[in-house]
Amino acid sequence: MSNDFKPNIVGFLCNWCTYAAADLAGQSKFDIKPSINVIRVMCSSRIDPNLVLGAFLWGADGVLVAGCHPGDCHYEKGNFYTRRRFTQMKKVLETLNLDPDRLQLAWVSASEGQRYRDVINAFTDKIKEMGPNPLKPNPAV
Amino acid sequence: MSKVFKINKPAEEGLVGFLKHLLDSGKVKGVMTLVKNDAPVDSAKYSVNYSLVTKSEALGNAVPLYPLMPANAGSLLSDLTIKQPLKEPIAVVLKPCEIRAFVELVKREQGHLDNMLLISSSCGGVYQFDVFVNEDMDKKLPDYWKAVKNLDLYDSLRPTCNGCIHFEPYTADITVDLVGNKNLDKECTMYINTENGQKYIDGMEGKSSEAALDKKPLKEFLEKRERERNQLFSDISDQIVGLDNLINTFGRCLGCHGCGNTCPICYCILCDFESKNHEFSPSTYETELSKRGGIRVPPNTLLYHLGRLTHMSYSCIGCGLCSDVCPVDIPVSTIFVRVGENAQKLFDYVPGRDVDEKIPLTKFEKDEFAEVEE
Ligand code: SF4
Ligand code: SF4
Ligand code: FES
Repeated sequence: MSNDFKPNIVGFLCNWCTYAAADLAGQSKFDIKPSINVIRVMCSSRIDPNLVLGAFLWGADGVLVAGCHPGDCHYEKGNFYTRRRFTQMKKVLETLNLDPDRLQLAWVSASEGQRYRDVINAFTDKIKEMGPNPLKPNPAV
Repeated sequence: MSKVFKINKPAEEGLVGFLKHLLDSGKVKGVMTLVKNDAPVDSAKYSVNYSLVTKSEALGNAVPLYPLMPANAGSLLSDLTIKQPLKEPIAVVLKPCEIRAFVELVKREQGHLDNMLLISSSCGGVYQFDVFVNEDMDKKLPDYWKAVKNLDLYDSLRPTCNGCIHFEPYTADITVDLVGNKNLDKECTMYINTENGQKYIDGMEGKSSEAALDKKPLKEFLEKRERERNQLFSDISDQIVGLDNLINTFGRCLGCHGCGNTCPICYCILCDFESKNHEFSPSTYETELSKRGGIRVPPNTLLYHLGRLTHMSYSCIGCGLCSDVCPVDIPVSTIFVRVGENAQKLFDYVPGRDVDEKIPLTKFEKDEFAEVEE
């Protein structure tokens, strides 16, 4: 894959943790790869699989779902449900052999600006290696 | 040992007699069962549908064991009981997977099990609509019953029936013994599984005894079904594994949503896919086209199926209705059973096995699935 491929990643970030971590990372002027389009959600458990699958089918090269660490969810247990739902969604993609690795779940708390940077950069590199979403462009979808 | 009750009549006749007795004795206020409507003219085809009956005379045309599923009885029972539990008891005769569908719906607060006598059978499967509508059923039915007695698979049935390994009901009060039963033309054998079942049997004319269910024929049948299931799964792989195959298979989807509408598990009245979220305005088309250069019309048919697979396949009970209603013969149910099985294994979940078993996505352990986290 040519190196000038710029991954287009959709990131669903929980308002209370990861979104704040993104803010912190920005304020701290960390070096973050410009690959992520952030969508703020009130809790990681808000993310319906349809949103993730839709992003993927509409051409996102990768999708990141990120929220508070287990036990730290602002709504107590939302992210435990997220984890189950996410695992199940990955299993569906795996059964259909649809690049489950293009989906990633990460826990990043509000104070973990550096971790936010590391997660984004590592995921971007991974997607870069995988190449563009094979669906793009496909007039059959 | 389980309790056995025998009536000295062919299985279906005996069962209808029992249903009549239940109504006549006032033990139940209604019976829901398959009923046959005779064709008005000879050249026409008779139909079979579920009916709710309150007078035993109206059971004259009842065919409770007819191998057809004109609608999933689980959905019908949900319609009946969604607002409130039944105040008076009814008896329902339905297939094992229909009970499972109802149990899944009850877990989702879409119905109530109270005041219901659930009668089911070990199940040989149901005919495809196509066969039922277009072929001479009087000629075909004897083949069906022969296959059931001899533990054979039978190719006019829904494919997922032949690959179904849950042919014994999990939560029926009474199970009519059909699969592998050589005597079903002479005798109606019913296994009484619950106290509720016993309560309704008491007072009925017949022979009660204690006997162990003969598991040997059922095991043989299970092995055949398992082999067929694996075959179905490996055949479907070519059609769904990998993006190109998936796009191709669902490429002929009309977007009619018939599969979801008929599915007992897809109960949401406001389905996301029917909502504004999935409406394409002219400007959406414009934006998408400027990025992609081409777009399928109607759009989002593949998303519909992937969405449904992630929303409910872990609860798919494999009734096969979705395939049967698809106008373009997409093997929807085989796909859902295949994908669903993997999701179910993940949570060690058998949909509809037990009403107290929580839906996997509504519970969690604090430490689990660490492999998906970053
Ligand atoms: S019934 Fe068939 S054509 Fe209609 S939405 Fe389902 S798969 Fe598509
Ligand atoms: S997806 Fe198909 S086979 Fe599964 S429960 Fe729904 S209608 Fe039945
Ligand atoms: S509030 Fe952050 S995951 Fe629930």
